[in-house]
Amino acid sequence: MSSLKRDVKDEDDNSSNPYQNLDKTIVLQETREFNQTLVIPRKCSLILTKILYLLNQGENFTTQEATDAFFATTKLFQSKEIMLRRMVYLCIKELSKLAQDVIIVTSSLTKDMTGKEDLYRAAAIRALCSITDASMLQAIERYMKQAIVDKNPAVSSAALVSALHLSSTAPDLVRRWANEAQETINSDNAMVSYHALGVLVLSRRNDKLSTVKLVTRLSKSHIKSPYSLCLLIRLAAQLCDGDDSEASQPYIDFIECCLRHKSEMVIYEAAHAIVNLRKTARDLAPAVSVLQLFCSSSKAALRLAGARTLARLTTKHPTAVAACAIDLENLISDSNRSVATLAVTTLLATGAESSVDRLMKQISSFVSEIPDEFKIIVVRAIRQLCSKFPRKHQSLAAFLAGMLRDEGGLEYKAAIADAIIALVEENPDAKETGLSHLCEFIEDCEHTALAVRILHLLGREGPKSRHPSRYIRFIYNRVILESGPVRAAAVSAVAQFGAQVPELLPNIKVLLARCQLDEEDEVRDRAVYYSTILETENPQLINDFIVNIPKPNVVLLEKALRDHLLHPEEPFNILSVPAEEVVKETKKPIAEIEVRKPVQMSIEEIYAEQLAKIPGIEKLGPLFKTNLPIDLTEAEIEYRVRVVKHVYARHVIFQFECVNTLNDQILEDVHVRLEVPPEYEIKSIVPCQKLVYNTQDNVFVVVEYPCAFIDSLGSFMATLEFVVRDCDPNTGTPDPGEGYADSYPLEEFEMGCSDQIRARAGGDDWEQTWERAANVPEANDTFVLSQTDVGDAAKAVCEHLGLPNGSISGDAVKEIRGGGIFRGGAPVLVRARLAGSIAGVTMKLSARSPREDVAQLLLAAVG
Amino acid sequence: MVHTTMEGSLFEPTLYIVKGMCILDYEGNRILAKYYDKDVLPTTKEQKAFEKNLFNKTHRANAEIIMLDGLTCVYKSNVDLFFYVMGSSHENELILQSVLNALYESVSLLLRRNMERRVLMENLDAVMLAFDEICDGGVILDADPTSIVSRAALRTEDVPLGEQTVAQVLQSAREQLKWSLLK
Repeated sequence: MSSLKRDVKDEDDNSSNPYQNLDKTIVLQETREFNQTLVIPRKCSLILTKILYLLNQGENFTTQEATDAFFATTKLFQSKEIMLRRMVYLCIKELSKLAQDVIIVTSSLTKDMTGKEDLYRAAAIRALCSITDASMLQAIERYMKQAIVDKNPAVSSAALVSALHLSSTAPDLVRRWANEAQETINSDNAMVSYHALGVLVLSRRNDKLSTVKLVTRLSKSHIKSPYSLCLLIRLAAQLCDGDDSEASQPYIDFIECCLRHKSEMVIYEAAHAIVNLRKTARDLAPAVSVLQLFCSSSKAALRLAGARTLARLTTKHPTAVAACAIDLENLISDSNRSVATLAVTTLLATGAESSVDRLMKQISSFVSEIPDEFKIIVVRAIRQLCSKFPRKHQSLAAFLAGMLRDEGGLEYKAAIADAIIALVEENPDAKETGLSHLCEFIEDCEHTALAVRILHLLGREGPKSRHPSRYIRFIYNRVILESGPVRAAAVSAVAQFGAQVPELLPNIKVLLARCQLDEEDEVRDRAVYYSTILETENPQLINDFIVNIPKPNVVLLEKALRDHLLHPEEPFNILSVPAEEVVKETKKPIAEIEVRKPVQMSIEEIYAEQLAKIPGIEKLGPLFKTNLPIDLTEAEIEYRVRVVKHVYARHVIFQFECVNTLNDQILEDVHVRLEVPPEYEIKSIVPCQKLVYNTQDNVFVVVEYPCAFIDSLGSFMATLEFVVRDCDPNTGTPDPGEGYADSYPLEEFEMGCSDQIRARAGGDDWEQTWERAANVPEANDTFVLSQTDVGDAAKAVCEHLGLPNGSISGDAVKEIRGGGIFRGGAPVLVRARLAGSIAGVTMKLSARSPREDVAQLLLAAVG
Repeated sequence: MVHTTMEGSLFEPTLYIVKGMCILDYEGNRILAKYYDKDVLPTTKEQKAFEKNLFNKTHRANAEIIMLDGLTCVYKSNVDLFFYVMGSSHENELILQSVLNALYESVSLLLRRNMERRVLMENLDAVMLAFDEICDGGVILDADPTSIVSRAALRTEDVPLGEQTVAQVLQSAREQLKWSLLK
């Protein structure tokens, strides 16, 4: 009979689930049942479960609905049935987040928590604390203290955990209850002593000395609970972190002792702490051997814990990890892909050059089975390997090419292409092979975005290779076979060859002529554009419009274009848009799953929104450059102020970022009094109305530059002026009454040449550019610099001119080559030769610019 | 969201270890889920999207542990039920594992080893209580299945006769007979 019944139920699955298709309004109506004089526990319990289920599924309850349900639920306190009462507590906890006037149940819950029924008490305490706020705390404080020292472990735990939760709103509470917590720390019940330890730790959070005492005492007593031990290890580790003195030795001994504990949880905690603390490989040995054991455990969590912690060691102690190579190799074929991927990346990071080939072979056997996101991690690891062992490029590139041919999504393919592109860029030996792999790949690439990128790379790198002609076929095939965007990219790439390889030019012209018949507008446009420029055979034109095109920052370009649409009468000047900065990717440890990359934004983008609030800002034209912030105060001081210089063609906006670090003060009407150098003119000031504790706000000062560029160098004196009002440190409410005016002097800051120039290092073709500029005005001077080392001197000069350090070349005689655009759009080229002698460093500086005053300014900036 | 620190560093000495626990059905739908950190998956929409993603990545390979969206997730499944415990990616995995075991074993005891969705739905109230007894706002309250169950299985057996199986009726009849004889 029973089996028959079950079959019927299984066929109609939904009927077995009383919670399927619940309707909120119907359930809420059902709560009327609670008003009956004699409630039926089972029925009411089911209704409460339904409410909880709906809440858990994310159903929205309005405040009114929640309040009604809450009040209906409170009626159920008349029933003594245990299960029902427990569900009532659960409902109170969940609904109290949404409903109003929840404190109404305080007395019922207080009665339950002090009552006789043990099964009520623990849960009642937790429910009560979830509806209590700091103001009501006093009423129940006495009961809570009693509950902490209660014999019943559940009650004691409930009170201690509630104390932890409450301390987020009432920080001093845990200190008042610390004595009771202290009493229970030696409880026989593991969880009670764990929770008591938690409360004690929190109460001593800001008191290092008493934390030291606590840890010292407890590390000698025999704590049974593994959770408590884990917490204690973390505390001990924190105490000796960064402390190399003798004082930390007892903690280290304690942690090492925990390596021999019987619970794996504690062993791992101790090993993890040691790995992250120790400096020398010898000290690490016991921890590493424990992790090594974990790697061969049957539990995946243990293997992951072991592999992950070993992976973290790779950057600091590659040799210690290398000793575990065999264990890690066994993990390559692990059924848990997180473990396998970690093992592979760790091995790649620590392996010697000789083992690379063998490893690659092993990886190729498993790589096809893992999901794309792990493949990407492996690809990144291989990419790092390419730069680590440049000599291995052949086999690595071949491997990457093999992966490229396999099935995979865009992101995966893009990661491989990235790796090969990086290889091509970093390693000149690998260029030819890398490029030919990419050529092969675009023959059969379904991702348009990727094909376009690779074509662009071929256009850039191909002409510089030994046999440029061989790439033409691959690129031109795209023109015949692919979709519009790829064809357009191919045309641009072909044109690059025409521009840079004269012997190919006639053929390229023919190809481009054919492309002019394309059906796609963009392809035709490009073909016409490139043909026309190539026909002129004017090297300057070809260089400026095909080979070396400045790339503007895309985000700012978009913004500039949008501004332009608002004022279409003015012609658009692309030079006004800051060029894209080449950001070197920072090296990071490769063996890490799940690393979030912060979005890279240029400084101009970060500030654009804040600047938009200044009235009349649109009249200043497009932003030319934003400089890095400069501190105008000491770090540890009442008010912290930084200045950011936003440079426009004829104006500069000083943004003073102010932070008030006094929690008992509010600053009102904050502005900056600025003393400007002669010829400068202050246009407007945007003060900050109110500066509250620890919140950054800005004061803006708009200043017009002097007419002559040469006058723009100078220094500014600033004073912060404001009205102080005292306030309550806790609530931030200002005291009644008037405040008083006060001021605060800030450090002086400069307007230099580097602030007003967007500079870049000279490229390969710098020499030709310099020669071409032979007929523009030039300024020359010779300087004797105060530095004694040529390298230092060169760096200092670069800093003055705003040039990156990459523009320095040469050994004994340093040469600086660079160029840039001055605010207002005047291009400028700089060359400096520095030579050291016993007397000091001598420098000959030349600057060429169509605006002679700009060239003069550059010299003045150094002098 | 949780950010993974790139350098290995020490664990935080905190009791707030569990970021979330959930039970999903065989299609990845939420049966019960709780999240304890208001900075981690604050809205139901994000939570459900995460659960779907988690389920897709875990329901085929029974690999016990996965790193996903900056969280370490340990999991265990049985027939049509999937149990998950989530913690920060910078957390002792084995502690999370112990919480998962507590959850799994407690539910298993509550359902008298009938680990099926249907049975679980019939005992949803008790499972909710077990959730509440295991973790309170992210702090591990208890990890011992028997003591958890003793505080979650409170139902007095008042199943009407019509809904009992023959075996159950016989069992209770036998009990009653025994008691009457002992008197």
